[in-house]
Amino acid sequence: MKKIISKHLFADHDIEQFIGLQLRYGVIIASLIVLVGGLIYLQQSGGLALPAYHQFIGTKNGFTSIGQIITGISTFNAKGIIQLGVVVLIATPVLRIAFSLVGFVMERDKLYILITLIVLSVMMVSIFGGLKV
Amino acid sequence: MTILTFTLILLAGAYLAGLVGSLTGLGGGVVVIPLLTLVFHVDIRYAIGAALLASIANSSGAASAYVKEGITNIRLGMFLEIATTVGAVAGAVIAVYTPTNTIAILFGAILLFSAAMTIRKKNQEALTTGSNLSFKLKLNSSYPTKDGPVNYQLKNVGAGFSIMALAGVMSGLLGIGSGALKVLAMDSTMHIPFKVSTTTSNFMIGVTAAASAVVYLQRGYMDPGIAFPVVLGVLGGAFTGSKLLTRLDAKVLKYIFCTAICFVAVEMIYNGYNHQF
Repeated sequence: MKKIISKHLFADHDIEQFIGLQLRYGVIIASLIVLVGGLIYLQQSGGLALPAYHQFIGTKNGFTSIGQIITGISTFNAKGIIQLGVVVLIATPVLRIAFSLVGFVMERDKLYILITLIVLSVMMVSIFGGLKV
Repeated sequence: MTILTFTLILLAGAYLAGLVGSLTGLGGGVVVIPLLTLVFHVDIRYAIGAALLASIANSSGAASAYVKEGITNIRLGMFLEIATTVGAVAGAVIAVYTPTNTIAILFGAILLFSAAMTIRKKNQEALTTGSNLSFKLKLNSSYPTKDGPVNYQLKNVGAGFSIMALAGVMSGLLGIGSGALKVLAMDSTMHIPFKVSTTTSNFMIGVTAAASAVVYLQRGYMDPGIAFPVVLGVLGGAFTGSKLLTRLDAKVLKYIFCTAICFVAVEMIYNGYNHQF
C-alpha cells in the first residue's frame, strides 16, 4: 500500500514539473511570435494614423478565424503573425488541461479523468460551438 | 497620433499595469481596461479582448513557477474549473446582450470589491477536519513551507463551487481573471490557506480566461494592434513586479494602489452611468 502511494506522488510530481515547463514555454513562444509580428507591423505601418479604436467594428477587422490567420501568415501579413501569437497564447492553458488529463490517466484516477474531460469538452464547445454571435 | 506613438505609449502603460497588477495581486488585466478606455478612449470591447490576453499571459507565466514548487492544488483547480469555464462561456454569451455602459458599471463595482479583498485579513490557518465531499473529491492536500509540509482540509465545497461559477461569469463578461472572487471562494468559504488559494486561483485564471477568449477572438474583440503592446507590456511589468516583491515590503504600496484603483473604479461607474462608453 505504502509503495503505491509513493509511486502516485512521484507521478504527481513529474506531471507538475512538466505542466510548469509547458506553461512557461507556451508564454515565451507566444510573446516571441507577437514581438516579431509587432516589429513588422510597426515597420510597415508605424507612421500611419491610428485606426478609429473608439469605434468597434468586430469581425470586419479580419483575422478572427484560423483560416484568415493562416492566410495572413502565408502572405507575411504583420497582423496575421501577431494574431498567431494570440492563438498560441490562448492555446497554452487549453493544452495544459490536455496534459493534466494524461497525468490523471497515468495515475488511473478515474474521477479526475472524468472531471478533466468535462472541462476539456466545455473548452471544445467554446472553440467549435459557434458561440461567436 | 500615429500607430508608432500609440504603440509606445500603450507599451509603457501596459508595463505599469502589469507592475501594479503584480504588486497588488489584482492582476494586469484589471488595470488594462481602465487604461485603454479612460486614457486612450478605446472601445471597451477591444479593451476586454486585450485584458483577457493579459490575464492568460500573467496567469500562465506565474503559474509555471508555483506549480513546480508544489503549492498549487491541481485537483482542486481542475474540479473548480468546471464551474469557472461553464461560467465564462455563459458570460461571453451574455456579453452580446449587455450594453457596454452596464459592463463598465459592473466592472467598476468588481474593481472596488477587488481592492477591498486585497487589503483584508488573510486566512493563514489550515483546517484539520474537512467535509465529506472534500474526501470524496480528493481535494484535501498539503503544501510545502519553511517548517516542512502542512496538511490542510477543506469544507463548504458546494458553496465554493457556486461562487466559482459566478467568478467565471464575471470573467467572461468583463474580460478579467476575477482573482478576487476566486480567492473569496477558496480562502473565505472553503477555508483553504492563503498561499494555496492564491496560487490555485492564479492557476485557474488562464483556463477561465481562455474559455471566453476563444469566443471573443471569433467576434473580433482582439485587435492585433492593441494586443501586441498590451501582451508584451503587461508580461514585462508582471515580471519586474515579481522580482521587486521579494525585495521590498509591498504593504504600503498595496494601500496606495488600492486607493488609486478605487478612484479609477468610481470614474468607470460614473462614466458608465452617464453613457460615456
